[in-house]
Amino acid sequence: MQTLLDQFSETIRLAGTRRRPLRIRGSGSKDFYGGPSQGDVLEVSGYRGIVDYAPEELVITARAGTLLHEIEAVLADQGQMLPFEPPHFGQHATLGGCVAAGLSGPRRASSGAVRDFVLGVRMMNGQGEQLQFGGQVMKNVAGYDVSRLMAGSLGTLGLLLEVSLKVLPKPKAEATLQFELNEYQALEAMNRWAGQPYPISATCYHDHVLTIRLSGAQSAIQATHAKLGGQLMVAGDEFWHSIREQTSRFFREENSLWRVSLPSTANLQLPGKQLVEWGGALRWVVTDAEVAKVRAVAAEAGGQATLFRGATKPKTVFHPLPKPLLQVHQRMKRAFDPHGVFNIGRMYPDF
Amino acid sequence: MKPELLLKRLREFLPPESILSEREDLNPYESDGLTAFKQLPLLVVLPETEAQVQQVLRLCHAEAVPVVARGAGTGLSGGALPLTNGILLSLAKFSRIEHIDPLARTARVQPGVRNLAISEAAAKHGLYYAPDPSSQIICSIGGNVAENSGGVHCLKYGLTVNNILALRVITIEGEMLEIGSTALDSAGYDLLALMTGSEGMLGVITEVTVKLLPKPERAQVLMAGFDSVEKAGAAVAKIISAGIIPAGLEMMDKLAIRAAEDFVHAGYPLDVEAILLCELDGVNEEVSEEIKRVHTLLQEAGATTLRTAQDDAERLKFWAGRKAAFPAVGRLAPDYYCMDGTIPRKRLPEVLKRIHEYSVHYGLPVANVFHAGDGNLHPLILYDANKSGELVRAEAFGAKILELCVEVGGTITGEHGVGVEKIDQMCVQFMSHELNLFHALKKAWDEQTLLNPGKAVPTLHRCAEYGAMHVHQGKTKFPDVPRF
Repeated sequence: MQTLLDQFSETIRLAGTRRRPLRIRGSGSKDFYGGPSQGDVLEVSGYRGIVDYAPEELVITARAGTLLHEIEAVLADQGQMLPFEPPHFGQHATLGGCVAAGLSGPRRASSGAVRDFVLGVRMMNGQGEQLQFGGQVMKNVAGYDVSRLMAGSLGTLGLLLEVSLKVLPKPKAEATLQFELNEYQALEAMNRWAGQPYPISATCYHDHVLTIRLSGAQSAIQATHAKLGGQLMVAGDEFWHSIREQTSRFFREENSLWRVSLPSTANLQLPGKQLVEWGGALRWVVTDAEVAKVRAVAAEAGGQATLFRGATKPKTVFHPLPKPLLQVHQRMKRAFDPHGVFNIGRMYPDF
Repeated sequence: MKPELLLKRLREFLPPESILSEREDLNPYESDGLTAFKQLPLLVVLPETEAQVQQVLRLCHAEAVPVVARGAGTGLSGGALPLTNGILLSLAKFSRIEHIDPLARTARVQPGVRNLAISEAAAKHGLYYAPDPSSQIICSIGGNVAENSGGVHCLKYGLTVNNILALRVITIEGEMLEIGSTALDSAGYDLLALMTGSEGMLGVITEVTVKLLPKPERAQVLMAGFDSVEKAGAAVAKIISAGIIPAGLEMMDKLAIRAAEDFVHAGYPLDVEAILLCELDGVNEEVSEEIKRVHTLLQEAGATTLRTAQDDAERLKFWAGRKAAFPAVGRLAPDYYCMDGTIPRKRLPEVLKRIHEYSVHYGLPVANVFHAGDGNLHPLILYDANKSGELVRAEAFGAKILELCVEVGGTITGEHGVGVEKIDQMCVQFMSHELNLFHALKKAWDEQTLLNPGKAVPTLHRCAEYGAMHVHQGKTKFPDVPRF
């Protein structure tokens, strides 16, 4: 593994000297996500393996090239899980890609996102130097929180080498309930129920059906089901898997798929079809509306729109940043990667 | 810039009552919660509007005047200690709860609002703000964000960083940034995470939007006594391995138990070496089930006494002892020094053993209070500042504890921050590459290092000195170099 690290470091240094950017690539399962980045591919999936796992400490540490599948299987053996239910989007999805993309799944609204569970990272900066931030403990406020900053930074700040994550026990039981409601009623119900101490761990609204998942002790699930009513869905696990991995019919459309993140109570009026997740805070929209129109409507609703999948991509797939924020981003990028080596264009065109 | 001129410029946009410059007015600001460090600022300003904060910062930026922002000033690491050549920017007048949205479960508040005031205001909707640092009656939410404050419910409900949604931040250049949003994620880097715990080094927070959670249907607490710290530690591992995440899981050692019991009569057993408090919350049926399981697990782990609170009054009594642990220990000696390391839980017995050895070596008693669920250890070192040499010994003892935490794979600070207090121990936790990156990040936000300079991140030069410092008994070789 040391040889690999030396190779990474050498490649990064050379790229800096030659001013030839690199594209960091694990398995490529999320190649579709983000803007088009330039440069030579830096294959990193070889740096893999679980380094440390202590179930009673609720912490797992693994090299970034480790397969998500492998990590989830090892956790499941001990009755534990990654609480943010990351989508894999491919059989060989890696831990590094998962953290760099920062995408979370159905449990996000109740449990938290990737960034909420990152405890520490080992990484390489744009000069090929190894750095370590955070650690394997739950509470740590020494220095700036660079570990969490890495989540969702799309490899633009550095090469992730190793990540420590907080993990949680799997719920003892789960049940999926369905309700026939219109969109207004569904949004109202999702928000109102989230304000009650119900063990709701996922929500999805599409095509006049609100689907919710309850997680916890069997007795708690039964009591909540009795209070809320709804139809018990038999194939609940398959349903949530199809939402998490976007294999359900809704996601297999030809048109552009937008990911709109907005306040959970907001109303989003766009042509096309919508699927609502995260208690109302995430709307997937399949539409042929113009980029500018989607962005304007999302902003009007207090949110932001990302072109998640689309045949033709605009220059910026992520919601544009206001100028002062953009400047902060550019300066931070230079702090980590002064020669502009990593994933240029993956997040925003200039860096 | 001359102080008189600075004062004149500030008076151009701040009302007279928002500027303090007389010595007797500055005195109350000389320290924060870490009172061992005292220093008067050049001036104190108390702006009331974001526009005024912008003007203050623009002026400081233009004239290269350092600025230290402060909320309630309850921090325990000297993060809000004033600088003699700088302005202390108090956010005390930013004390309004601006909006609570019960349906979306968010509260938008000004940074000077007290932590507990948010939960009090949300209570009528059945909601609350989860992080509950022990100072929650007085500490401000802005300070909580700057320090990434925790509390006794972190394992289940997270720290400040996991419970806030958005910030309004003004940079040293006077630029207003909106970071995060009431949506669950935002485009670009996770600046919300970066700002949280950044100790006032990157910007000044002028508004915080927090997440509110529904109050659990029921909470119940068990108290277990053990004849050894090892057994109590093993009991914690057993509970977590059984797939139970308690809302609170606290441990106290013998000296802390005695002090707390004498002080608030919580009903703690006195013939034990350690007690565990384990609180479970959630849906009524689930709590009933888990209480039974935890009861059995604690018995199996060898608890010598085991009690479940019979009602809410007894539950609160059990907690009262823990929550009063600091002041209770404070009654045992004229002064105490509170440490804040985090360790992997499994190393607890070994760490406590070594702390005991240090205690003998330095001739100072220590009481240990432990957030057992998340590994955050608060050894309280007892000393008397009026006795010659005791403060120096207490500081040296504390430094050894922090270095021990790093050695076993933990960190020098779990929730109190680095400030000025632990700046030397940063040299033990981080290597030069990391420190260089911290400085580069700082400069990306604050080119001239005017915001809270000298706190939180040591210079490499300072670390080089620290390597040789032990022989000087805590005194640096260069007394003229400002220590902060």
